[in-house]
Amino acid sequence: MLALHVLRPGLFTTLQDLGRVGYRHLGVPPAGALDPVGLRLANALVGNPPGEGALELSWLGPALRVEGGAVRVALTGGVAARRLRAGEAVTLDSGRSHLLQAGDVLELGAVGGGPVAYLAVEGGFAVAPVLGSLATYTRAGLGPLGGRALAAGDVLPLNRPASERGEKVLAAPFDYGGGPLRVMAGPQDDHFTPQALATLVSAEYRVGRDADRMGLRLEGPVLEHAKAPGIASDGLMAGCIQVPGNGAPILLLADHQTVGGYAKIATVISADLPRAGRILPGGALRFRWVGMEEAEAACADLERRIAAAMAAMAEPVGGLDLAALYTANLVSGMVSGGEDEG
Amino acid sequence: MRILPVGDTAFSVEFGDSISKAANARVMALDAALDGVAGIVETVPSFRALLVVFDPGVTRFNPLAGTVARLAEGLGEASSATGRHHRIKVRYDGPDLEAVAAACGLSAPQVIDVHAGGAYRVHMLGFMPGFAYMAELPPSIRLPRRAEPRLKVPAGSLAMADAMTAIYPWDSPGGWHLIGSTDMRLFDQTASPPALLAPGDTVTFEPV
Repeated sequence: MLALHVLRPGLFTTLQDLGRVGYRHLGVPPAGALDPVGLRLANALVGNPPGEGALELSWLGPALRVEGGAVRVALTGGVAARRLRAGEAVTLDSGRSHLLQAGDVLELGAVGGGPVAYLAVEGGFAVAPVLGSLATYTRAGLGPLGGRALAAGDVLPLNRPASERGEKVLAAPFDYGGGPLRVMAGPQDDHFTPQALATLVSAEYRVGRDADRMGLRLEGPVLEHAKAPGIASDGLMAGCIQVPGNGAPILLLADHQTVGGYAKIATVISADLPRAGRILPGGALRFRWVGMEEAEAACADLERRIAAAMAAMAEPVGGLDLAALYTANLVSGMVSGGEDEG
Repeated sequence: MRILPVGDTAFSVEFGDSISKAANARVMALDAALDGVAGIVETVPSFRALLVVFDPGVTRFNPLAGTVARLAEGLGEASSATGRHHRIKVRYDGPDLEAVAAACGLSAPQVIDVHAGGAYRVHMLGFMPGFAYMAELPPSIRLPRRAEPRLKVPAGSLAMADAMTAIYPWDSPGGWHLIGSTDMRLFDQTASPPALLAPGDTVTFEPV
């Protein structure tokens, strides 16, 4: 059988796609890739539809043995990778596709520059969607593999062997943008003092240690409520910044609960959500107010840039050490607080 | 009614700011009226607000919010008889039943009579897949949440807090009072729909 055999699962490797749609009203979070741009580009590099299921690697990637035929994989994000074949190790660059033969071991190491990296496989994984999606939501065990992270011994069947399409590489590392994360006010900005609204966009916040796929607890100046912090629970979106009674904001990510009862001071715009999903615990971030028009323009601009990156994918040039380039850019492309504001 | 952006890909349609059957009925009526409106990805009904999630590749806030506002204003006082009715068999054997009775100045059998005598409406689902917030408990058995939430509430626990009653579909932390249990499966990812209860449904409990 054509498959990837999991020799070592990594720290938290999950199947993800662009999220589960249509079940939020039943309490099912969307889940899906923390960095949907990374997932889309990885898929594009192997010729998949952008929302095909791929592996999201966190902290430390897995080791996978190719079985049953040749497969083509692509990596995005800052992850150390190498291919073991007949006792010989070859370093594999992120930001491009690679052809692997049956028996090869793909060894993925530390994920750096952000919390996640992606591994897409040409043709996708041959696993059944759960509620219409390959996204994994571990808290309720929803998703393929029983909704859990990879475990040693798992066998991930693949849809088809590598085609003759050849390899692709991103022409340039994707530019996620920099500066403060852009936020729109509300929906409950009227629950906060004018001082809290000013603090949110002037202070520096740090991501707490217990950041996970549900959200980022932010450490920094307290945001004071002008009314009770509790509201009649209502629907949540990834990007919402909710503020419990202790005044410490929480930025919600893909695995957020579908409804919540804390007032939401602001919401990160859709164009900056992939950046929010790439901030490491301990990382600094700032916010900047924008209105609907600027948010819409940013959304369209991000889509244009993703389309341009896909259109500019090229055949790899032999001999060029792209690994060094990617490593350098992934570090500088991170949200870095006040230093590159503006 | 007011419409508040939730970022650039969703908005919340609010019907007041407090929990009531009338507000929730309007939420559900608007939800039904939005069926088939172009660009809407999905909706999340809650106590008194409807979250509308849209595809920015198809539509934008201004035109869609305009359409939704017109539909909302045309609804008037909506009928609430849209959902299904469920009778759920429960054992009133929860670890908090005696404490609830004592706090309400009732006996345990009286608490059971009051709880099982009510008809409840599912206002929303949330907290976890399949967790339905059902209202309203009769005032005589309303209590605030437990001061000390439990780290693990067993799946199938029948619970209550404030004016709400609910069944935990999964083992999870929880701060509600546990008054009973059921064998009914609240969430099954292989079923269609996967959740037993949906917003707008009504529920009565049958002691066994």
